[in-house]
Amino acid sequence: MPNIISMIIKRLGLGVLTLLLLSLLIFLSVEALPGDLAETILGQQATPETVAAIRKDLGLDQPPITRYLNWLGGVLQGDFGNSLALKKPISSLIAPRIQNTLFLTLYTAAIAVPLSIILGLAVSLFRNSYFDRITNTTALAAISMPEFFVGYIMIYFFALSGYFPSMANINANTPLLDKLYLCFLPALTLTLVVTAHMMRMTRAAIINVLALPYIEMARLKGAKPSRIIVRHALPNAIAPIVNVVALNLAYLITGVVIVEIVFVFPGLGQLMVDGVKFRDVPVVQATALIFASAYVGLNLLADIISTISNPRLMRQR
Amino acid sequence: MIYLQTLLGVLVFIGVGLSAGWVFREMLVFITSRNTGKFLRTAPLTACFGMLVIAIYIICAVFAPFIAPYGEADILSGGFEPWSSTYILGTDNLGRDVFTRLIYGARNTVGIAFLITALAFLFGTILGIFAALKGGIIDQAMSRLIDVLMAIPSLIFSLLMLTIFGTSVLSLVIIIATIDSTRVFRIARAVSLSIVQLDYVEAAKLRGESTSYLILREILPNAMAPLAAEFGLRFCFVFLMISALSFLGLGLQPPTADWGSMVRDNADLISFGDITPLIPAGAIALLTIAVNFVVDWLLHRASGLKD
Repeated sequence: MPNIISMIIKRLGLGVLTLLLLSLLIFLSVEALPGDLAETILGQQATPETVAAIRKDLGLDQPPITRYLNWLGGVLQGDFGNSLALKKPISSLIAPRIQNTLFLTLYTAAIAVPLSIILGLAVSLFRNSYFDRITNTTALAAISMPEFFVGYIMIYFFALSGYFPSMANINANTPLLDKLYLCFLPALTLTLVVTAHMMRMTRAAIINVLALPYIEMARLKGAKPSRIIVRHALPNAIAPIVNVVALNLAYLITGVVIVEIVFVFPGLGQLMVDGVKFRDVPVVQATALIFASAYVGLNLLADIISTISNPRLMRQR
Repeated sequence: MIYLQTLLGVLVFIGVGLSAGWVFREMLVFITSRNTGKFLRTAPLTACFGMLVIAIYIICAVFAPFIAPYGEADILSGGFEPWSSTYILGTDNLGRDVFTRLIYGARNTVGIAFLITALAFLFGTILGIFAALKGGIIDQAMSRLIDVLMAIPSLIFSLLMLTIFGTSVLSLVIIIATIDSTRVFRIARAVSLSIVQLDYVEAAKLRGESTSYLILREILPNAMAPLAAEFGLRFCFVFLMISALSFLGLGLQPPTADWGSMVRDNADLISFGDITPLIPAGAIALLTIAVNFVVDWLLHRASGLKD
């Protein structure tokens, strides 16, 4: 047991280190901006005096290390500074949007995870049959489609006929059932994109296990194929499958940006894209940091789970 | 009714696509030499369909000015003309011919995606092999740096970089090529780690060959097969990425014809039941599907030969 705890602490430490380096990278990338923030804010009205005043106001007259530490300290307390375009504190912009994006991601995960695992099981049960080939080819095709293509197809088929709304305009006061209804199309779009990935990876994980000798033994003693998959293969494939799920939730994070734009969904991705358009650097920094942290966190989770479930991996380190 | 029609349409499309793939394969087998013909016969119909699509796209890209009925940025009429014999797919929001821009888009979007992938491979493979060859502290330092860069989702990273450097074709090419070269670095390093230990590399080192000779003449040729498959997959990623960025309005800038921005410009038409904006999006999907089919076949072959 102490082995596991020390492993988890080691991994967490590595994760925190990665996040620190990431924040440094995100901070430094803005340092590389031509001109400085004060001039960007003032634009045409930049005179030496006003620039100096704003620089002092923002703390730009201090050395980069002090500023980095101040920024990081603020971020840890939930203070991301002020948006340049909207002149509002970024934390107040982010708070409702992060909820919306989380809601959409969890909604998608709730549909996609069970669906793709069941499909993956079914496909590996009938592997090399026509069902397997057709599902696999369809999945390959689905992976290749850009998210906005899938999104607009959804709109064309399900929104024009009036079944579901094409715009997912929700806010904090929308009741849960309405939210589920309004967000159905974006969630379905993301589901289609992610399920294909997850299903293919689940299939690969189970087929890997099926190649092991103990499965052959089970087959030789006359167990039914469905029983071999569910009772013998699945328990040993759970680790890779959980890994696959975590990796794909991480993948959802990028997919969500495009889908939010297609369905005019008030989420974090839209905030980021608007930030990039108006070159609102603090907003982009904040959103990039949040997306990157979620990504790093999920990858870390996948790593830890797969190590715990497979003690052999722990011995190597 | 609309669902049944679509289902029928998709089935017909798959049928026509696969038969066209079969015809294309027979044609290729007929015109190429015996050995190539034998090799091509092993291709499944999906892969043939993929090759046919890629060939069509290349033809469109190369001969764009001869195929397209109008100029790339010509404003011909009022906005949003319907489909007609003058404008095959109608006109876009500014009154430019959609069909013409679709053809030119093959040249711009695919061309830039190809350029970016090539650049990413140039830097990624050379640095990756270099790291594997040198080993020790150089390898460690480079690999850890790449690990940190890869910890950011690529779309998020490119959005961040585009904010800083602004949206121009040059910065787009440099940013995405840099991000993708980190992925190529990983593969190239992993592939060449096992090659570096082989005797002939050792012999070349003892002969006193230079590092660049070792990378280009000894290791690279033997790492070519896995890298070639990776090139196809990378191309798909890059292609989807610049399409996504263009769709967000941050990729190729107007008046350059580009599929991603064509979808965004005409997206409003969808709400009126007009499928014009789906066509450039479909063009993107079709090419990535085609490349994936071909790569899938090549990977399958490679893994089959190993067994």
